[in-house]
Amino acid sequence: MLRVEGASFEVKKGRKKLVILDDVSFSVKPGELVVITGPNGSGKSTLAKIIAGIETLSNGKIILNGQDISTKDCTERARMGIAYSLQAPVHFKGLTVRDLLQIASTSGETFCGENLAEVSGLLEKVGLDSGQYLDREINNSLSGGELKRIEIASVIARNAKLVIFDEPEAGIDIWSFNNLIKVFNEMRKNSPECAIVIISHQERIMKMANRILLLKDGKIAFDGPSGDAMKMMRDTQ
Amino acid sequence: MMDLDKIERDLMREVSGVTGIPEGAYNFRVNGKSIGRHSSDKIDIIPKRGKSGIDIRIANNTRGEIAHIPVIISASGLKEAVYNDFYIGDNCEVTIIAGCGIYNCGADDSIHDGIHTFYVGKNSTVYYIEKHCGIGPGAGKILNPTTKLFLSEGSRAELLMEQIKGVDSAKRLTEAELKKDAQVVIKERLFTHGKQLAESKIVANLLGDNSSVDIVSRAVARDYSVQDFSSHIIGKAKCWGHSECDAIIMDNARVNAEPALDAQNIDAELIHEAAIGKIANDQLMKLMTLGLSRRQAEAQIINGFLK
Ligand SMILES: Nc1ncnc2c1ncn2[C@@H]1O[C@H](COP(=O)(O)OP(=O)(O)O)[C@@H](O)[C@H]1O
Ligand SMILES: [Mg+2]
Repeated sequence: MLRVEGASFEVKKGRKKLVILDDVSFSVKPGELVVITGPNGSGKSTLAKIIAGIETLSNGKIILNGQDISTKDCTERARMGIAYSLQAPVHFKGLTVRDLLQIASTSGETFCGENLAEVSGLLEKVGLDSGQYLDREINNSLSGGELKRIEIASVIARNAKLVIFDEPEAGIDIWSFNNLIKVFNEMRKNSPECAIVIISHQERIMKMANRILLLKDGKIAFDGPSGDAMKMMRDTQ
Repeated sequence: MMDLDKIERDLMREVSGVTGIPEGAYNFRVNGKSIGRHSSDKIDIIPKRGKSGIDIRIANNTRGEIAHIPVIISASGLKEAVYNDFYIGDNCEVTIIAGCGIYNCGADDSIHDGIHTFYVGKNSTVYYIEKHCGIGPGAGKILNPTTKLFLSEGSRAELLMEQIKGVDSAKRLTEAELKKDAQVVIKERLFTHGKQLAESKIVANLLGDNSSVDIVSRAVARDYSVQDFSSHIIGKAKCWGHSECDAIIMDNARVNAEPALDAQNIDAELIHEAAIGKIANDQLMKLMTLGLSRRQAEAQIINGFLK
């Protein structure tokens, strides 16, 4: 499904070159759940943005279902079936939760009336009451946890083939965390071909994974079955 | 409805939502003439003598009524100045739906200067909704609205003023004078494109204790358009004033925002905020990762912003 080959990402800082991702290669198969973990600043979000097309590779290739998509922009990648849930949700002035979820569930095609039932269902999945939230503006009048759940709902709405969640648990309380686990389990059951990548530090999420990638200083330090990874991380602690 | 052609009917719906004979009082002004006028029991509409316009007299204790006074110009080259005076009694709660649409397919500029003056009685609330737009391939579609508000003790005015599209030149002036316990909320939405010019000047005089004004202006300027916004809040009593001007600038447009505060009383609390910037990249990216093209994403962000 997804293959990342020798991916590097560099930025210029003054006259120096900062290497943020250094020759990263891995792949994700259909139906797989892969967790990417690693210390803050190790490049996890950058990697996700490179796959979604928000940032551009300095070197390497991104291959989706056999096709090199390295030069495609994020609209094209979205339409090819990639969905990305941001670590830090974006604020909008004026756009409502309803607007965002409608855009997400119609994926750029023209709206064909209200798909209210679908949109409400999405909110309930992430534990938000649709009556209370649909017409709220997506701005800082919503709490961090609420914004995060709306962000996750917007990505579930896409019914994508490859879904990347960037620290979905951040800012979310225990009750919604259980809900979140349910959401992932449901996705796997309902779309067995869907590949899921979750950037996370949570043991419970890692336990669900088929494989775990450990990123350190922009390099892959470990790539293997979940059990081995957990054991290794316990040992190195 | 009446003798309007399709373009005029569409414009009428766009600027005032009117699609037929509305309930309550109304005056439809089309190409410089009233083509339909109706007074209700409590709202009297009387044409002015000697100059263009109407007096709208609203009886004390009128509540829940709506008056529609849309203006349509489809005759190219028509130039008019129209004076509408609103005398609103005490303890009222009424809605005025104005709005002006110009269709111009000729070689001469069409100009509508609408001067609206409101005398709002004690403890009354007035909602005023005004939408402006221009269409057609012809020369200038020019709209210069002046809105003056005189607010008695305990009264309240809420203005929603929108310039949707197609207005080549606009000079907007909104002035309010507030007595004790009076309140004004002004929401302005301006969209300019092409080589359009729009100027908006808002002046609020807070004369009485506990009076307040809240100005929220949102503007989008694209292509080569130019917008000039100024707000001037003068606090002469124990009062509260807030002005917020938020603009999205695109392409080669220019936006100038000048909020001014003038406190003349130690208990005047006045605040202004102004922000101008291009569409935030993270907003664009988020919508593009949902499958929208850059253009579609821009349109969604702008529509939301001006909603
Ligand atoms: N466009 C950029 N310019 C400069 N530094 C960047 C840029 N993008 C990411 N970084 C830096 O790269 C490192 C990795 O960031 P990130 O991918 O967000 O890490 P993680 O998600 O693993 O916490 C951080 O030190 C961050 O500051
Ligand atoms: Mg991160």
